[in-house]
Amino acid sequence: MERVTTFTSRLAPLAIDNIDTDQIIPARFLKTTSKIGLGDQLFCDWRYDAEGQPKADFILNKLEGKAAQVLLAGDNFGCGSSREHAPWALLQYGFKAVISTSFADIFKGNSAKNSLLTIIVPADAHKALFAALADDPAAQVTVDLAEQKLTLPDGETVTFPIDEFAKQCMLNGVDELGYILKQDEAIRAYEAKRPLTVNTELAA
Amino acid sequence: MKRTIIEKVWDNHVVAERPGTPTLLYIDLHLVHEVTSPQAFSGLRERGLKVRRPDLTIGTTDHSIPTHDRSLPILDKIAEAQITQFEKNCRQFGIPFYGPHSQKQGIVHVIGPEQGLTQPGMTVVCGDSHTATHGAFGALAFGIGTSQVEHVLATQCLLQSRSQTYEVRVDGTLRPGVGAKDIVLNLISRIGIGGGTGCVFEFAGSAIRALSMEERMTICNMSIEGGARAGLVAPDDTTYQYLAGRPAAPKGEEWEKALRLWRQLPTDEGATYDKSIFIDANSLEPMITFGTNPGMGIGITAPVPDPASISDPVERDTLSKALRYMDLPAGKSLLGHEVNVVFIGSCTNSRISDLRAAAEVFKGRKVSPKLRVMVVPGSQLVKQQAQDEGLDRIFKDAGADWREAGCSMCIAMNGDQLAPGEYSVSTSNRNFEGRQGKGGRTFLASPLTAAATAVTGVVTDVRTLL
Repeated sequence: MERVTTFTSRLAPLAIDNIDTDQIIPARFLKTTSKIGLGDQLFCDWRYDAEGQPKADFILNKLEGKAAQVLLAGDNFGCGSSREHAPWALLQYGFKAVISTSFADIFKGNSAKNSLLTIIVPADAHKALFAALADDPAAQVTVDLAEQKLTLPDGETVTFPIDEFAKQCMLNGVDELGYILKQDEAIRAYEAKRPLTVNTELAA
Repeated sequence: MKRTIIEKVWDNHVVAERPGTPTLLYIDLHLVHEVTSPQAFSGLRERGLKVRRPDLTIGTTDHSIPTHDRSLPILDKIAEAQITQFEKNCRQFGIPFYGPHSQKQGIVHVIGPEQGLTQPGMTVVCGDSHTATHGAFGALAFGIGTSQVEHVLATQCLLQSRSQTYEVRVDGTLRPGVGAKDIVLNLISRIGIGGGTGCVFEFAGSAIRALSMEERMTICNMSIEGGARAGLVAPDDTTYQYLAGRPAAPKGEEWEKALRLWRQLPTDEGATYDKSIFIDANSLEPMITFGTNPGMGIGITAPVPDPASISDPVERDTLSKALRYMDLPAGKSLLGHEVNVVFIGSCTNSRISDLRAAAEVFKGRKVSPKLRVMVVPGSQLVKQQAQDEGLDRIFKDAGADWREAGCSMCIAMNGDQLAPGEYSVSTSNRNFEGRQGKGGRTFLASPLTAAATAVTGVVTDVRTLL
C-alpha cells in the first residue's frame, strides 16, 4: 500500500457523466490473473481506433492529458461493474486522483484500497475546474489529503470529504487486511454465537 | 426502535464497532468466480494465509467460460489459463467449486439460490456487482472488489459503513406483457444510474409480493444499475416454498428454527426509510433502453428523448454522445428498429421462468432470417430442466441457438459477442458502450420483448403478439 503525500498536478478533463468501469477497462482485458499491463488498456476503446492507433482527439493522447496525474470527470464516475481492475488501470497509467461530483460506491471503495484518491467537489467548483482548463490546459491543482484540501488553479481551496479510516490507511500506507486480521478474537467470539449457518459442502 | 429489514440484517452481523472505524461485518456466504478472484488468491499466498471458512465459500466458472459444447477445448488460451488457475486455487484452499464440466456449473447468481445456499437474513458477497440478486431472499447481498474478496477469504469479514435505506414501493397489478424486468428498468429510468448511490433498496408493495422468487431476483439483480450496492425483498411464504428441500437449505428441526428467525426479519410497522419512491404497476408498459447506460430507458412506445430539451451542458453532451454511439435519431420510438442479435440469458434473466416466457412466444413461430438468437441458460441445472420440459426443442425448432450455461454475451468475455455496429435486444443488465462486444449496441429488455423481436426481426411490442 502506497503512502499518499501532497502533490501538485495538471488535469486531464473528461466531461462525460456516468463513466462506467467497462469504459475504464473493457471486460475482454479481465482474463488476466495478474495486475500487470492494465495501464496500457485504460480507456482502450476511447483511446485507440480499430487499428490500435491512438485517437488524436482523446484527452489521454493529447500533450496536456499525458502530463496529468489527476483525472477530472463528470458526475457518478466508476459506475457499473465491481472490477478492481479499474483503479489498478488508472494507477498504472499514472493517475493519483480522480475528481468528480460523485463516485459509484464500489469504485470508491476499491480505489481507497489502492491509494487512488476519489475527490468529491461541489458542482460549482467542478464547473469552475472545467472552465479553468478550457482557458488554460496547463492549469494545476494541489491535493492535500491530510488536510482534505484541494487547491484550485485560481488559488481558492475546497475541502473534500473522505472516510477517516480510509484516509489514515492511505496516509500511513496501512492496508485494511492487516487491520482485520488483528480482530481475530472478536471474529471468533462472533462465530461462536452465530444462530444460523450454511455449509457449502452440502451443495458440492 | 422500529427497524427496516436492512437494519436488522446489518445489526445481526456486527462483529465489532469502534469509533472512527467502519463496522466489522460478518459474511455468511461468499461466492467466488474465475475473473475477480485470482489476484486475491495470490495475495493470500504472498501473506501465507489460509481461507478461514471454506465451508461458507463456493466457487463456479461463469464469466470467461465458452458456452459451446463443453467437450470441445477452450480456444482462448488466456481464458483457459484463468479457468485452470481458478480450479487450482479452489482445490489448494479447500473451496467447493463447480468446474466447467460440473452438472451444477452456472452463473454465480443462479447457482446460489438454486442450491439453497442463499437464505433469508444472510450477508452474501461476491466479486461481482450483480450480487444484489440474492437480496430477493431477504439477504443483504452486495458486490465487492478483489481486495475485499481477499479480506473475506482470509477473515470472513469486511469493513463496511452503514448504507442509507431506500424504499421502492410497487403497488398494483402488472398488465399482460409487462414483467419484473420492466419494473426495474422503469425504476432506473426514473432515478438514474446514480440515484441509489450510498443506499440499499427495499422492494416492497403488493406488486412485489405477487412476484415469484425468480422475478424478485431479476429486480434485485439490477439494484446496482440504479447505483445501490444492494437491494432486497423481505422473505414471505413464496420465499420459504422456494427454499424448502433445496440441497443446502436447513432440514427438519433446523428448518423450523430457521423459519422462526426468518419470520422476524420483515421491516417493522412504522419503521422509516431515508428515501422512498412509488411505482404504479398498473401504469407500466414494456420497457426498453435506447442509450449507453441502463438509466436511459423508455416505455417501448415512447420516443427517444431529444438532447435539445436538456439544459445542463454535460448532461446534454452525455445524451448526445450516447445517441451518436447508438446511431439513433431523437424523437422516434424504437419500434421497428432492425436488430442483428437477440440474447436471452445473464444473471438477470436466464432462469427457468425466463426461458418459459420466451418459449411461449417462440412456440409455433420462427426466428426472423434477419437476425441470430442465442438462448443461454443460467446454469446446467436450468438447462437440464428446460430440456426436460421440451423448451430446448421449441427454441431449436424456431431457429435459435441453445447453449451451455454461463455469462456469455452479457459481458462478452468468452467469444459470444456482437460485431462492431451490430444491434442486440438483450435480456442482460448493461448497455454500456462495447459491453456486448467492441462497437456493439445494446437495447435492454425483458425476455418477452427479446423473444418478440427475435420472431419479427425488429424491435417489437410483445403485446401485439399475445
